[in-house]
Amino acid sequence: MTKLRYERPVIKKLETGMPNKFGTRTEYQPMTHLDGIAVEKLMKDYGSPLFVISEKTIRKTIQKAKKAFKTRYPRVQFAWSYKTNYLNAICSIFHQEGSWAEVVSGFEYDKAISLGVDGKKIIFNGPEKSEEDLTKAIKNDSLIHIDHLDELYTISELAEKQKARPRVAIRVNMDTGVYPMWDRFGFNYENGQAWDAINKIMHSDNMELVGLHCHIGTFMLAPSAYGIAASKLAELALSVQEKYKHEIKYIDLGGGFASKNTLKGAYLPGSDTNPTFDDFAEVISSALLNSNFKQEKLPMLILETGRALIDEAGYLLGSVISNKRSSTGRRNTILDIGVNILFTSFWYDHKITPAQAFTHYSEDTCIYGPLCMNIDVIRESASLPLLNKDDHVVIHNVGAYNMTQWMQFIALRPNVVLIDMDEKPHVIRLRETLDNMNSMEKVPAHLKKFNV
Amino acid sequence: MKLRKNIAVSEAGLLFNPVTGESFSVNPIGIEILNLLREEKTDEQIHSAIMSRYSTDKPTFEKDYQDFIGILKHNNLLESHEETKA
Ligand SMILES: Cc1ncc(COP(=O)(O)O)c(C=O)c1O
Repeated sequence: MTKLRYERPVIKKLETGMPNKFGTRTEYQPMTHLDGIAVEKLMKDYGSPLFVISEKTIRKTIQKAKKAFKTRYPRVQFAWSYKTNYLNAICSIFHQEGSWAEVVSGFEYDKAISLGVDGKKIIFNGPEKSEEDLTKAIKNDSLIHIDHLDELYTISELAEKQKARPRVAIRVNMDTGVYPMWDRFGFNYENGQAWDAINKIMHSDNMELVGLHCHIGTFMLAPSAYGIAASKLAELALSVQEKYKHEIKYIDLGGGFASKNTLKGAYLPGSDTNPTFDDFAEVISSALLNSNFKQEKLPMLILETGRALIDEAGYLLGSVISNKRSSTGRRNTILDIGVNILFTSFWYDHKITPAQAFTHYSEDTCIYGPLCMNIDVIRESASLPLLNKDDHVVIHNVGAYNMTQWMQFIALRPNVVLIDMDEKPHVIRLRETLDNMNSMEKVPAHLKKFNV
Repeated sequence: MKLRKNIAVSEAGLLFNPVTGESFSVNPIGIEILNLLREEKTDEQIHSAIMSRYSTDKPTFEKDYQDFIGILKHNNLLESHEETKA
C-alpha cells in the first residue's frame, strides 16, 4: 500500500471579524516551475539557496516601460541604474534593449566600460568621483552629473588640463511634496543653489551644460511628485534658455518608481495598488508637454529607473531547515535564506510561495533566516501553507538591490542563474568558494603557526 | 490523554468547543489524531497508526505530534489528569 503524503497535524482557532496582522492568505497555487523549468531541478542542479532571474520578464518589463513613455512623449531614453543589479549579464540585457548606463562610482563606471558601453552613453552620478574617475569620464565624453561645488571646480580644472569641454549636468534637489525630502544630493532648487551652479558653469568656457538631473526618492508611490519635479526642471531649463540663449538638451528625472513589492506594514499587496508605468508616464509627459518648450525644442527625457524594471524578474529559491514554536506558541519556520542575501526583507513583505503541492490548510508563521542573529527575519508574519523540513519555497520580486547589497556574512553567496528566452538556464554568477575568500587575505609570517 | 467529552469534530475538520464557544479548523491528519485520542489510544498506538498510513519518519512525527498536543492543551481541549481521575 502506498502511503499518504505527510502533512503536519494542525489545529487553528477560527477568528471572525477583521483580517489579522498576518493578512489574508493569497497563495493557492504552488510555484513548481519558473519559465518552464522545474524548481526542483533548478535546486538540484544549482543548490539552495539560489537566485533565479527571468530574461523574459526583464525584456517584457523594459518594453512595457518604454512603450508607456514613448507613446506619450517623443524623445525618451532609459539609462540602466547599475547599483540596482550590476551583474554583467543583466546589464547586457538592458543595453541590448537600448538602455544607456547610469553609474554612481568609479567601480560601476569601469564595469560599464569593460562591458563595452560607449563612453558617451554613460551617465556618471554620485557625490564621490575621484580625479582619476573624472579624467576618464572627460576623456570618454561621458555625461557627468555634478553633485556639489567642489566637484564643479575640479571638473573645470581637469577640463583645462585635458583641453576638453566636458558635457555636464547638475543634480537638482527640490521640494516635491514628498517627505523626507532628499536634499543631501545636488543643488537646491528653492534656495537658489541650483541657479548659482548653473551661472558658474555658464560663465566658464570649459564645460557644456547639457542637462538637468534630479532623483527625488525611491519606491515612490505618488506619481504627482514626478509631475512637480518635471515642471520645476522644465521651468529651470526654459529660464536658462531665456537668460543665456542656451539650450538644455535633456531632463533626467532619475529613478524611484515603485516596483510590485509590498512595503512592510502596507495593508494591501503592492501588486494590486502600486502605480503602473502608465501612471508615471502620464503625469511626467503632461508636465513636460504643458511647459513652454517649442514642439521642436522639447528636451530628451532620461529615466534612470532601477527597481521597477528588475524586481519582478528575480526569484530567490530556498529550503525549510526547521519548524519550531516560540515560547509564546507562535509558529517559527527557519529557511536557509538569511537577510545577508535578502537585504530587501528589511523594506518589504516579500511574497513567499511553496514550490510543491500543499493543502488548503495554513498557519500563521514567522519566517527566519539561518544567521545566528536576532535581526535575521525574512517575514515577521505570513500566513502560509504547512511546510515540512526540506520543502522548497520561492521568494518573489527580489531582482533589485539584493545582488548588489548582499553581504558575505558567515556563508558564501549562492549561484545566480538566468533563464533565457528559450527557457534554458545559465549560471551568470558562480557560487563563491572558500578559495575565493582566502585568495584576498594574507597572513603575516609570524602568524602562520599555532598550537591549539 | 483524552479529548474532552463534549467536543464535536465534523468530518470537514471543524471542531467546536461548546464550553467556550470557540471553533477551530483541523486538517485531516489532525482529525485522525483527535479521533484516536477520543478512543483513549496511547501515544504509542497513535504513533504506529499514523506511521502506517503516512510517509513520514518517527522523529518528524514525534516532534509534530508533541507540538499538536501542546496546542490542544493550550486551548483546553484535552481533559486534565485530575478530571480523568474524578
Ligand atoms: C541617482 C539615482 N538614479 C537612479 C536610481 C535608481 O532608483 P530606483 O531603483 O528607485 O528606481 C538611484 C537609486 O537610489 C539613484 O540614486
